[in-house]
Amino acid sequence: MHLTKEEEQMLDGEQGYAIQKSMEILVALGRIYRAEKLIRVGSVQVAGVSYHNLGDAGLEFLNKLAKDGKVKVLTTLNPAGMDLEDWRKLGISEEFAEKQNLVIEAFRKMGIIISCTCTPYLIGNLPTYGEHIAWSESSAVTFANSIIGARTNREGGPSALAAAFVGKTPYYGLHLEENRVPDTHVDVKAKLKTLSDYGALGYSIGKKVQNKIPYITGIEDADLDKLKTFCASVVTYGAKPLFYMKGITPGSEKQRLPKESIIIQDTDIKEAYESINDDVEAIDFVCLGCPHTSIREIAEIANLLSNRKVSPNTELWIATSRSMKQLADKRSYTELIEKAGGKFACDTCMAVAPLKGRFRSVATTSAKGCYYSRHNDMKTKLGSLKECLEAAVTGKWS
Amino acid sequence: MPRSCGDGKVELKGRIISKGVAEGEAITTTQPISFYGGVDPDTGEIIEKEHELQGKTIKGKILVFPNGKGSTVGSYTLYRMKKSGTAPAGIVNKDCETVVAVGTIISEIPCVDGIDISKIRTGDLVRLENGVVTIKK
Repeated sequence: MHLTKEEEQMLDGEQGYAIQKSMEILVALGRIYRAEKLIRVGSVQVAGVSYHNLGDAGLEFLNKLAKDGKVKVLTTLNPAGMDLEDWRKLGISEEFAEKQNLVIEAFRKMGIIISCTCTPYLIGNLPTYGEHIAWSESSAVTFANSIIGARTNREGGPSALAAAFVGKTPYYGLHLEENRVPDTHVDVKAKLKTLSDYGALGYSIGKKVQNKIPYITGIEDADLDKLKTFCASVVTYGAKPLFYMKGITPGSEKQRLPKESIIIQDTDIKEAYESINDDVEAIDFVCLGCPHTSIREIAEIANLLSNRKVSPNTELWIATSRSMKQLADKRSYTELIEKAGGKFACDTCMAVAPLKGRFRSVATTSAKGCYYSRHNDMKTKLGSLKECLEAAVTGKWS
Repeated sequence: MPRSCGDGKVELKGRIISKGVAEGEAITTTQPISFYGGVDPDTGEIIEKEHELQGKTIKGKILVFPNGKGSTVGSYTLYRMKKSGTAPAGIVNKDCETVVAVGTIISEIPCVDGIDISKIRTGDLVRLENGVVTIKK
């Protein structure tokens, strides 16, 4: 891989430890994937924020980098393991909160925006079509590549940090036009209505096109919320973090329809629900917002919860970014939801909060959320916003 | 091409992913390994169900496998293992990917790839240095 004189100096440690370690990572990746050079990135999204996943070793590594590491481009942060302001109401321990705050402090020192959301594109980190970026967080990576048409590989926490410190990433994989060609045509004939139907669709397509780039036709009424839940699901269940959706993905009209083709029928969607849903009736946890809820979803939740009360046997979390909650505060959605007994879980989510052993069963609109909840030993129910809120009010799945 | 050195040693030339020298007993598998969820970082034991190495420890060994898989959090798992003394002494891959490359670099675990891993058997005494894997038998 060709390195400029300045890049060589960075690799030799002339600009400090964080830059040197970062260059070692970028150069190793560049050599593995035969990149010809490093290219500039417009922004970075850093995952690996929850103390639950990092542990003391991860915290130690971040502190080492924070000593002399400063980001060179707009850099936003993935969700943490707790609400940074009001973690007590979510049942987080004092000990966990203390460690989580140290993790956040390290990121703050690096100059990163403490956005703590998996939807950076909703809060100000919005790339443009064709822009090279270095993002981690698989759902955001898929959204950036497929809905916006920006270009990013699926980075891990350390490789995203490396890109932020250097301001560059190796030029390989999904940064290159030739690796962005769709290889399977997916024709959706199934009728899709609710948000969770799009999660079920993501499950079905992900399982069928393992590690391929689908070109999807037949989607008629997908809005932002349906698209972001689809992105989260399709990559969680096995596809590459890039798809083309006819009429949605910028540049999709320039791609040729792949010969290999599969059809998604109503029965595939039904099968997806059957695989994701466990046999369970009592629901003690309802979590909405995987990916983080948009202001439109919060408005809908507030509307569905007006004059209702969450069951004393059930905990309802609305996972979202702090910025979205601030908008909700100004429109009295927060008041309505909290009056009904719902809790805002800002800065965190069901995939990264320390939830193991706390709940037996979860109802959610998110197929990705179901995947992570099973890792946390919960029984799962995937359903529409209405069905999930009904479960929150009655404590039962009906 | 493997080079026989006459004294029973075999040398395999690969590519340095993470620098450093390591020596130890090899533990090999033909299956990919996920460090996040597939390995217990507190003991160094492979815990993935139905994995060839399930129940075996990789602590202090030269771990030989085709490539990594799974969540990118696995890079931090390797770092955690290094800190708690449960990490492998070195890693040999056929085709190294992002999780293992980043994990071995931040943890400073020597790692070499581009190796015909079928030449190495569990129990072999193996040394990694400058991108060369020497099997001492």
